[in-house]
Formats: sequence, structure tokens, C-alpha cells
Amino acid sequence: MSDSPAATATHGLELRHHFATEGQQRDSATLGMWLFLVTEIMFFGGMFCAYLLYRTRHFNEFAAGSRSLDTWLGGVNTAVLLVSSWTMAMAVRSAQLGKRKLLCLFLVLTMIFGATFLGVKAVEYHAKFVEHHVPGPYFDFKQEVKAGETPLPINLHTMQMFFSVYFAMTGMHALHMVIGLGLMTYLLIKSARGAYSPKYYTPVEMAGLYWHFVDIVWIYLFPLLYLIDVHK
Amino acid sequence: MSNHDNSEHHVISVGFYSLIGITLLIFTGITYFAATVNLGQANIVVALAIATFKATLVVLFFMHVKYTSEKMTRATIVGALFFLMLLLALSMADFATRSWT
Repeated sequence: MSDSPAATATHGLELRHHFATEGQQRDSATLGMWLFLVTEIMFFGGMFCAYLLYRTRHFNEFAAGSRSLDTWLGGVNTAVLLVSSWTMAMAVRSAQLGKRKLLCLFLVLTMIFGATFLGVKAVEYHAKFVEHHVPGPYFDFKQEVKAGETPLPINLHTMQMFFSVYFAMTGMHALHMVIGLGLMTYLLIKSARGAYSPKYYTPVEMAGLYWHFVDIVWIYLFPLLYLIDVHK
Repeated sequence: MSNHDNSEHHVISVGFYSLIGITLLIFTGITYFAATVNLGQANIVVALAIATFKATLVVLFFMHVKYTSEKMTRATIVGALFFLMLLLALSMADFATRSWT
């Protein structure tokens, strides 16, 4: 903001005056974004640690809770999110090549897939509320037992631990998706106005890194929450 | 922090992005079928191995880490993974060696 008018005229967004080259500016932005993602890795890492501990300690409850989740919806959502990562990668590519319309199209597609994911998640959450699977005073849980199967010995009290972990992890993941959709909206407005060019598309690239990170979290959440004990 | 002059952006082809995308979808299917086979304790190991393979593809190609010229970015990622492993390993070591029943 303290740029003199002359400096502003010679240094645009693609090369601010404190960077030597465009490459250096881009690398600095990437490194900064990765440092932020490191804090995100540790944030989700804490929850994965809680998951690991409680899963080891209360395996039967985690297995029974996992069976009560809709594997089909979880799988479809995984595919939806992976496709949205592809459209995001294509959006960054379009920005690199300076194709404004394609960039807008892929941003819109990414938002549609992101919103689809959240919609499916809402359906799943609704089912959990209807079945009283939400931890709290109204918690109740009945095992679905197929013919010829013996129900797992579970404790209703520790059963809530699985759903606490489930809601904490998928809830924080969903919050990240909502923030991601906000970023996409911002990028869409800016790109429609022609703010990005092959010389300067850093915001698109950084939002892409964020979006792919959120995708990676789900890549782990899907098998860890939905597929604990589907065999037999 | 050198060679900034060489770090012009690397544009990956649509075909290659699609190949990565399809591979990710196929391995999601494999994750599911691997979970339907009873491998006992090995089920979680297989699930985590497939998830890690998928995550690696996303990081290297969708997140362009394979093409970055900045070595600090790679050092940062490796450092993050190291501290994540430290968190999980030491917590589990504590858990496993406690005298609770």
C-alpha cells in the first residue's frame, strides 16, 4: 500500500517490487500456502490421533458404528470429491493458459461438485439425527444384524465415542468444503472480470492447493469411517 | 532458494490429469473391495496404504509438487509428515504401554 505511484505503475500483481523474478514470487506464495497446509495437517492429525486411540480401545463400537453408515453414499461422495479435484486441476490449467471462459466453467463445475458433496452429507446427517445416532441425551443405537450373524458386544456409552469422532471429523471436513466454496465464489467473480492471466494466477493455484488438501482428508476419512468392518 | 529463473509454470496435459483422475476413481473402488475381504488386522493397513497412494498422486500431480523447483516446499511437506507420524506414534506408544485394563 506504501507503493509510490511510479512503483505501482512498474510493478503489477505479477511481480511485486520485493521479488526479483516472477518465479521467485510464485515459489514464495506456494511455500507460504504449504506452510498453512502444514498447520491444517496437524489440526486434522490431532483428530486422526483421537480416532486411532478410540478405535483401538473400542473396536467393537467403532465396527458397529461404521456399519450403520451408508457406504454407498460415502463412496459416491468420494467419487464426487475426486472429480471436483480434477475440475479444480483443470481450472488451474485453464488459468495457466489464459483461457478465461474455461477457467470460469471449471470453477463453476468444481462448485457444483462441492455443493453435491455437501448435499449428500446433509442427507447422511439427517438420517443420523432421525436414528438418534447423534451423541447426547437422546442417543440410541440398535445394531443392524444380518441373519446368522451374532451382534457385536457393544457398550452404548462408548458407542457415542464413535459418533463423536464421526461428527467432529466429517463436520470439520464439511466446514472446510464450505470455506472452499466461498473461495471458489471469490475466484469466479475475479476471473469473470479478467483478473487472472498466464502471468498472474496465484490465487487460483493457491485455492487449488487448499481444495486438493480437503480432498486428501476425505480420501483418508472414507475408508477409516465407512469401511471399518464391512467384510463377512 | 536458487534457480528461480527456471521455474516457469509447468502445464500438464488434459490427458495426464484425466489419467490421474481415473486412477484415483479406480483405487476408490479397490479400497471398497479390499474392505469386503476379511484380512483381519491387515484390513486397516491395506486401506491406509491405498489412501496414501491416492494422496501421493494428488500431491505430486494435482498439487504440482513434482514440478516445483522450490526445494523448501518439499522439505516442508516431509517435515509435516514427520511430525504427524511423531504425534501418532508417540501417542500410540503411550496408549500401548499404559497399565490400564
